Amino acid sequence: MKTAKPAESPPSTTARAAAGGTRAPSGLLLLSVLLPPRFTPERVKRDRRYRTLDKYRFIAGFLALPLAFYAVFVISPFLQAIYYSFTDWDGGATADFVGLDNYRKLWNDDRFWDSAKTSVSLLVAAPVITLSLGIFFAYMITAGGRHRRGQAVAGVVGSSFYKVVYFFPQVLSIAIVAVVWMRVFSTRSGLLNGSLGAVGLDGLEKPWLGGDYNLALFATLTVLCWSFVGFYVVLFSAAMGAIPRDLYEAALLDGAGRATTFFKVTLPLIWDTVRTGWIYMGIQALDAFAIVLVMVPDHALKVTPVFLYQRFREGQFGYATAIGVVLLVFSVVFSLIIMRVGNRDRIEY
Amino acid sequence: MTTAPTERTERSERTGRGRRARETEGAALNVFSHAFLVVWVVLAAGPLVWVAVTAFRSSGDILSDPLGLPSTLHWENFSNAWTEAKIGRYALNSLVILAGSLTGTMLLGSMAAYVIARFTFPGNRFIFLLFAGGMMFPVILALVPLFTIMDNLSLLDTRHGLMIAYIAYSLPFTTFFLTSFFRTLPTGVQEAAMVDGASHTRTFFQIMLPMAKPGLVSIGIFNFLGQWNQYLLPLLLNNESEDNYVLPQGLASLAVSQGYRGDWGALFAGLTIAMLPVLVVYAVFQRQVQAGLTAGALK
Repeated sequence: MKTAKPAESPPSTTARAAAGGTRAPSGLLLLSVLLPPRFTPERVKRDRRYRTLDKYRFIAGFLALPLAFYAVFVISPFLQAIYYSFTDWDGGATADFVGLDNYRKLWNDDRFWDSAKTSVSLLVAAPVITLSLGIFFAYMITAGGRHRRGQAVAGVVGSSFYKVVYFFPQVLSIAIVAVVWMRVFSTRSGLLNGSLGAVGLDGLEKPWLGGDYNLALFATLTVLCWSFVGFYVVLFSAAMGAIPRDLYEAALLDGAGRATTFFKVTLPLIWDTVRTGWIYMGIQALDAFAIVLVMVPDHALKVTPVFLYQRFREGQFGYATAIGVVLLVFSVVFSLIIMRVGNRDRIEY
Repeated sequence: MTTAPTERTERSERTGRGRRARETEGAALNVFSHAFLVVWVVLAAGPLVWVAVTAFRSSGDILSDPLGLPSTLHWENFSNAWTEAKIGRYALNSLVILAGSLTGTMLLGSMAAYVIARFTFPGNRFIFLLFAGGMMFPVILALVPLFTIMDNLSLLDTRHGLMIAYIAYSLPFTTFFLTSFFRTLPTGVQEAAMVDGASHTRTFFQIMLPMAKPGLVSIGIFNFLGQWNQYLLPLLLNNESEDNYVLPQGLASLAVSQGYRGDWGALFAGLTIAMLPVLVVYAVFQRQVQAGLTAGALK
């Protein structure tokens, strides 16, 4: 049976190369490209031109929809945003080009500067606090354990339990986190004031979200750090786990203590991860949109994205996009600074 | 002859002492580190446990003493949250949208990634960089134009509109991640399938996709959490009717409205209902979730 149809047995490499030379009539070729592959006659399939066309047909077919979605709903809004920031667009049909007017207005807008002050405070404070805590706990997890025989460093017992619990906040919606903390910070029936009262620290009870700027800033910072510490513990303990053990043993033999080992061995070796994490956390802090919009009362504090959102709701579309462009510039400048500041020679190991 | 043994004993004494010192230091540090680590366990899980416990208390009790335990289990908080506070409806909305958007994201993302990873054609590199670059844009900048584009296409306040937006904004990272994943798969299998006469499409769906399963699972969980937790996009594109809210939106508005109504029990129950499925998914897939989400940061 098989020998009856030798042409249809799977061709070897040489047979395929030879088959590439067979040419099918152009009309048939064109028809085959337009119809589904299962109608393609065998002799057309062996035509090299058909195979090329078939490949490109497949590539175009698979890329068309993803690229169309991406271009229409992601790329084009970004490009439009930059254009509209130079117009007086209010959502209507026309948008007149007004040059730098929006940016000039922004420069003179006290409400913008207030929001920018808050955003920059968060941008400076949140990464430092979150990353310090993240590195501290990660080091405790990977190197804080009891020594076992022949090991320079050892992880604590139950390290995966700690990582699982620490990571909880990261899997929740930031809007839900904001609602949870809104209740925690509640003046009369909140967890925080309740706990402070229970341990006799009544003096520290505060109307956290009652409208005071500094308290609201503290609350926002707390929630930001709380949400992300677990993330960095997991990130940094993975990075620390990748450091070869013999480096720790060498340091120990040279008489280095825990602190020296940490600052001279661990930290330099995870520095790339720290820097990336710093930029990522900075961008999260610069956003902080949902936390502030949901949790913080409007009169207490605003961050720049919330300020942008409110201008958008008022219909000041051109002005709102200009704020967005400024935010983008902020985050790019911040990233460049961190890259420059944190630039050390890369250590290979 | 006589010096050698003394030296050896000396050395062994020294290392013995050294090890003992190390062990005590290790033990001290061990206690110390567990103490600190437990403190953060309490801080990280405390608020969530408090919400879950408080969900069983009556609103009056919550106001009079925020820290108390439930005297009797007020299950009615949960039914109130589910029906009157519409948490059930919001959960259903979230589920329907997620079903569409997650399927779409995985399908379109893996299609684009496969083509970019496995075929050479002009513009390949450019398209890859186009997707990779999209990961760096802050969504807030696109806010205003996205709103008008959706409005012009009559996609505002519709379910499919929200699905499309989720898909579009998930594509950069999904494509980026899966492209590097498809590159790691062996080329021989793909060639063998082609030689056997399978079409490109069939090779993709029946050979390559099953082989890429580990990568699809990681990025699938990543997108599941990201889209389930999405707040900014629904706030912008799905804000007209309260009946269409997704879960995070619904809870944010509930936090305000229950404040007026004074039904705190239902709010806490609603929060518990909203948090539970995500925490369960996380508990089951914790290793993949941790790996997936931290990989997202290192893009």
